[in-house]
Amino acid sequence: MSAPLLELDDLKKYFPVSTGALWRRKTGSVKAVDGVDLAIYPGETLGLIGESGCGKTTTSKLILLQEPPTGGNIRYEGENISGLEGRALMRYRREVQVVFQDPYSSLSPRMRVGDIIAEPLEIHTSLTRAARAQRVAEVLELVGLQPEVARLFPHEFSGGQRQRIAIARALATDTRLIVLDEPVSALDVSIRAQIMNQLEHLQETLGVSYLFIGHDLATVAHISDRIAVMYLGQIVELADSLELCARPLHPYTQALFTAALPSHPDQRHEKLKITGEVPSALDPPAGCRFHTRCPHAMPRCACEAPVRKEVAARHRVACHLY
Amino acid sequence: MAPLLRVSKLQTHYFSFGGSRVVKAVDGVSFTLREGETIGLVGESGCGKTTTCLSIVGLLPSAARIVGGSVEFAGEELTQKRPREMRRIRGRQIAMILQDPMASLNPLFSIYTQVAEPAYYHRAIRGRSLRQRVAELLRAVRIPSPATRMREYPHQMSGGMRQRVVGAIAMAGGPKLIIADEPTTNLDVTIQAQYLEVLKDIQQESGIALIFVTHNLGIVAKMCDRMAVMYAGQIVEQGPVRHLFRDAKHPYTQALLGSVPKLGSKEPLFAIPGQPPNLAYLPTGCAFHPRCPNAMSRCAAQEPENALIAANWTAKCWLLDGQTEERYVSAVA
Amino acid sequence: MTTTDEIATAAAAAPAPAAAEYFTRRGGGLRFVRELPLLPLAILVPFILIAILANLIAPYDPTEPIPGAKIFEPPFWMPGGSMHALLGTDFQARDVLSRLIFGARVSLIVGMMGTIVAGSLGTALGILSGYLGGWVDQLIMRVTDAWLALPALVFAIFLATVVGPSMWNIVIILGLVYWTRYTRVIRGEVLSLREREFVKLAEIAGGSRRRIILRHILPNVMNSTMVLASLTIGVVIIAEASLSFLGIGVPAPQPAWGSMLSDGRSMLMVGDWWLTVFPGLCILLVVLATQLLGDWLRVRLDPQLRNM
Repeated sequence: MSAPLLELDDLKKYFPVSTGALWRRKTGSVKAVDGVDLAIYPGETLGLIGESGCGKTTTSKLILLQEPPTGGNIRYEGENISGLEGRALMRYRREVQVVFQDPYSSLSPRMRVGDIIAEPLEIHTSLTRAARAQRVAEVLELVGLQPEVARLFPHEFSGGQRQRIAIARALATDTRLIVLDEPVSALDVSIRAQIMNQLEHLQETLGVSYLFIGHDLATVAHISDRIAVMYLGQIVELADSLELCARPLHPYTQALFTAALPSHPDQRHEKLKITGEVPSALDPPAGCRFHTRCPHAMPRCACEAPVRKEVAARHRVACHLY
Repeated sequence: MAPLLRVSKLQTHYFSFGGSRVVKAVDGVSFTLREGETIGLVGESGCGKTTTCLSIVGLLPSAARIVGGSVEFAGEELTQKRPREMRRIRGRQIAMILQDPMASLNPLFSIYTQVAEPAYYHRAIRGRSLRQRVAELLRAVRIPSPATRMREYPHQMSGGMRQRVVGAIAMAGGPKLIIADEPTTNLDVTIQAQYLEVLKDIQQESGIALIFVTHNLGIVAKMCDRMAVMYAGQIVEQGPVRHLFRDAKHPYTQALLGSVPKLGSKEPLFAIPGQPPNLAYLPTGCAFHPRCPNAMSRCAAQEPENALIAANWTAKCWLLDGQTEERYVSAVA
Repeated sequence: MTTTDEIATAAAAAPAPAAAEYFTRRGGGLRFVRELPLLPLAILVPFILIAILANLIAPYDPTEPIPGAKIFEPPFWMPGGSMHALLGTDFQARDVLSRLIFGARVSLIVGMMGTIVAGSLGTALGILSGYLGGWVDQLIMRVTDAWLALPALVFAIFLATVVGPSMWNIVIILGLVYWTRYTRVIRGEVLSLREREFVKLAEIAGGSRRRIILRHILPNVMNSTMVLASLTIGVVIIAEASLSFLGIGVPAPQPAWGSMLSDGRSMLMVGDWWLTVFPGLCILLVVLATQLLGDWLRVRLDPQLRNM
C-alpha cells in the first residue's frame, strides 16, 4: 500500500460559544470535529457519510484551510499543512481543490467560463494566455463539454453543466485531490448519473483522489472505494465500500442502511430501530455519543467512550459491541 | 366504485412577457385515484408535477391558468368552482403538505393554534373536543407528550418534528386526499425514514388517499401503490409500482430506474444523455426523443398515443404501438 | 421543486445582467427602444444636449448684458416683453434663457462628476470594509458613522468656505460629502458576497486578496453602485444648487441655476417671477428625471435593491 496522500490525525475543531450581552463569557464549545483519523490514498475515493451536524462539512473546511484546527493535525504527503507558507502553501492550494454542492453559486456570475476555469492557472502558473486557453480547452473536453463554451457565461448553462465546469476548474492545475462536497445532491436524478460516471472516468484517466462527502448512502457507496461514517464529530466506522454494505457493524451505520430508501418495492423492509433526534454538538452525550439512540446500548456505553478497533480486514469500528 | 379523483387531459399553461411566451407546464395529464390509494407522481424539475397538484387544488399563481381538461373530485368538477367554494374544499377535503416545514408553519402561533385551525373552521369543533382532537392528531403523527408540546412554537422543534406537525395540520380537517409535495427533501436520512413510516401508518389507518410528488424513486417504492412518471408536462407511463419497477415500458422510466445507484452494487449507472427539456421550446413529436436510446424516425414526427399495456398500466411510446399483450393481465392480479 | 423552479427551468432565466451586458446584449432593434424609460430620457437627453451644445444654442453671452435691453424685462408673452429676450432679463439685463442654458452645464457636470467621485470613494471603502473586515472594517465604519452624523449641507458649506469656491472644488467637496451613502450599502453586499461559494473557491485556489476584490467582488457590486449613483445624482444636483443659492457655489458671473434662484429671490415680492420660476423648474425637471431613471435602472439591474 503506497503512502497516503492526505492524513487526518486526531483532528479536532471546537467552536467557542459565548453568552452574555455585555461581557461575553465563553460558556462552552461546539465540538464539531472531535478526534478524526482518516487517510486518503492516491487514486482512491474515500466517501464520508453522515447526517446534518455530524461534522463532515467542518472536516472539509479544515482540509481546505478555511479554518484552523483546534487540535490534531493534517498532513499532506507527510507534511503538516497548518504551518505552510509561501511556495509550499501555493503548492497545496494547487494540488487540492474542491467542488461544492450548489452549482448556481459556485461560479462567478460575471466571468466567462473560460476565465473561471483558467483562474487557478493564472494564480499558480506563468503560462501565456494562449497556453492557458489551450489547457482550458483540454479540460473542458475532459469533462465532456465543447471547448467553444469557454466564452459563455455561467447563467447560460444548466445545473449539471455548471457542475462539469466546476469540476473542470478543479482539474485545471495538476490536482491530486478533489474534495467533493455533495456534488450531485442539487442536481436532477438523470443528471446525477452523468456526473457520477464522469467523475469515475476522470479518476481512472487522471488518477486523482476524491473525498466524496454525501448524505445519500447509495450514491456514496457507489462511487467510493472506502467509506467513513461520521456521527457527532467522530468516525464510528470505516471500511471498504462493498464490505460496509455487506456487513455494517456499528448500530448507527445499520440504522443508516435501514433508513435508506429501497430500490424496489418488494425489497424486504425492516422497521427503523433508532429513535429521537441527533443530540446537540454543544453538549454531546458522555461515553459513546450514540448511546442515547442506540438499540443495543449497555451500561458501559454511557460512561466509557469506545475505542476504534480493527474488527476485520480494513474494517474499523468504534463500538463496545465488538 | 367511482374513483375519488379523476384528472382528465388536464392542461395548465404559464403566460409570461405579456402573453407572448407560453409554457405548457401541464399538457394533457390524466390519472385517477381511488379512495385510500397512494400514487407517486415522479419526475425531475420542470416536468410539471407541482403544477399539476396546484391545478388540482386551485392554487396556481396568477401567471398560470388551466386551459383545458377537467379535475373531478368526489363527483364534483373542481376547475369550474369559484374561489370561495375552493376554499371550503381545501383543508376539508383536500390537504397539502409542502417541502419546507419552516415556511409552512407560522412562527408566531403555537402548535396548538395551527393544528386546531382546520378542525375549527372546517369541522366546527370547539373547546375541549378541539383540544382532544389536537392531542389525537399529534399522537397520530407520533409526537411524544402531545399535551405539553402543543403549547410550544415552531422554532422550538426540530425539522423532523415540524414536518410531522405539518402532517397533523393536513389531517386536522379530515380530508379524503392529501397531496404531499416533496415533504422529505430537507430532512436527514434517518428522520426521513421515521417520517415516511409515520405517514404510511396514518395513511393505512385512516384510509386517506395520497398523492406523493417526488423525484426520488426510492420513496415511491416504499410508499406508493401506483406511480405516474412525468416528463415535459405529460405522464409518460403510469401503473402499479411493482410492474414499473420490474419491467418498465417507457424508455424514460427505464432510464430513470437505471440511473439510480443501488446499495451494495458497483454496476455502472445508466446516464441519460442530454438535458431535461426547456418547456418553452419543446421538441416536436415525443418530447423525450432527443434523449431516447430507442428513438425511431416516427418519434420525432408524431406525438405518441397512450398505449394500454395491462389493466391500469399505460405508457406513451411508439415502441408499444399495437402491443397490448394479454399475458400481462394475469400478472397484475 | 416549486413552480417557480419550473418556470425558471422553462424560461432559462438569467440573473440580473450587468449594465453593459444589458445594453449590448439587448441592443439593437425595436425591442430595445421599447424597453427604455421614455419620460426620464425625454427630459434628460434634451438637457444633456443643451449643456453640450450651449455655445451654439444660446442666443447671447450669459455673463454680458444684452445690448440695448432693459433690466427685468419679462418673458416675451407678457406685456413689456420682446422676442429678443425670450424668457426675460435679470438684474444686469442678461438673457435669462442663455443663463439657463449655460447653467445646465454647471448642474449636470457637477452632478455627474460629483456622483462619480462620491461613488468611487464610497464603493472602494465599502469593498475594503466588507472584505477585509477586522480593524479596517471598524475604522471605516466609525468614520462613516461620524461622517453621516454631520449635516451634509452644513459640512459642504464649511468645506467650500475653507477651500474657496470653483466648479472643480465643488465637485470634490460634494464627492467628499456624499460617499457615505455608498459605503454602507456596498459593504452589506460585500459581506454577503464574501460568503458566496465562488469567492470561497477563489480563496481556496490561492487567489490573493487583491485578485479576489478586483475580479470577483468589484464586478458584482457594480450594479448596486450604478443604481445608487442614479438615485443619488439628484441629491448632488440639489446640493450644488443649494451651495450656489447660498453664494458659495460656482462663483459669479458663471451662471448656475442655484445662484439664479438666489439673485431673483428678492424680486418675487414685486412680481418678477420669471427670475426664479424658470431655474427652479429646470432643477425640478432634471432631478425628477434622474430619480425616475434611477428607479428604472434599479428594477432592471439589481434584484436585491428592488425592495429599497
